[in-house]
Amino acid sequence: MVPLVQTVHILAIGAVIGSGLMIALRTLGWVAPDQSLASTNLRFLRVIWWSLPVLLVSGLLMISAEPARSLENPAFALKMALLLLSVIVNLCYQAPLLHNPDFWELSTRRRRVGQLIAFVSLALWVGVIFSGRFIAYVEAS
Amino acid sequence: MSKLDELLHWLKETGFATAIRENGSWFPWIEAIHVLAVTIVIGSIGLLELRLIGLTSLNRSVSRVLKDVLPITWSAFAASVVSGFLLFASNAPTYAANTFFLSKLVLLAAAGLNAFGFHAFVERSIARWDSAARTPIPARLSGVLSLVMWVGIVVCGRWVGFTLVPTP
Repeated sequence: MVPLVQTVHILAIGAVIGSGLMIALRTLGWVAPDQSLASTNLRFLRVIWWSLPVLLVSGLLMISAEPARSLENPAFALKMALLLLSVIVNLCYQAPLLHNPDFWELSTRRRRVGQLIAFVSLALWVGVIFSGRFIAYVEAS
Repeated sequence: MSKLDELLHWLKETGFATAIRENGSWFPWIEAIHVLAVTIVIGSIGLLELRLIGLTSLNRSVSRVLKDVLPITWSAFAASVVSGFLLFASNAPTYAANTFFLSKLVLLAAAGLNAFGFHAFVERSIARWDSAARTPIPARLSGVLSLVMWVGIVVCGRWVGFTLVPTP
């Protein structure tokens, strides 16, 4: 059962990181420059929103199967910290868009901040993946 | 010992393979890079397959999604092949004896053939259905096959780690 749940978890992470990468590259204009930032975001955010519950459920299943392996593991703690940071960073990015879908495009400065946030978020997810894999190698304390 | 066995043992005893096997922290780092690269491969190519099947990005033409996605897929694929080869080399005979590892290679070859078939045959008529939400059956079939194969590759890859039996 554990490898199966891990597989589902990895596939859902793939969906998040693939879409997150597309969004980040769009802020640089490397991907879909002919489509607006707002509609590109919407296109990929849909995939991310579908994946998050899958990640949550598969993650909770793995924790409940082997609580000590994760809950007492420093790599797991790091993973959760990075995840929390990522949630905060993404909320900061998304919140202004609720009122104005073009918020991050209204000035050069905002565009730069938007790019920065997109890549910080991506880097955090890379950190989540690395610390996730290291749960298997770091001894639970 | 067959020629293949000799080659696998030679690979295992090369300097870099020995270093990866004997240094405690190299393997997990390379493995984490491998996992990251594989998630990007499947996360990007999956976006293309979902468009081909008709589930996402319907307001965007297939050829544009192709152009958005494939450079990312190929870069990540290159990274996953290099990192995967390093992991394999560190214990080549053991991996070569593992059914899931061999299945993974077969599925990779099948996914390659499917991608070749798409570019060589299906994509030829793309001008006729590029912007259509509902693509022709061969295109949808190619998308479904690719998704199934890539999910299978991840399944086999994950199972390799649970089923390795040390060989002499």
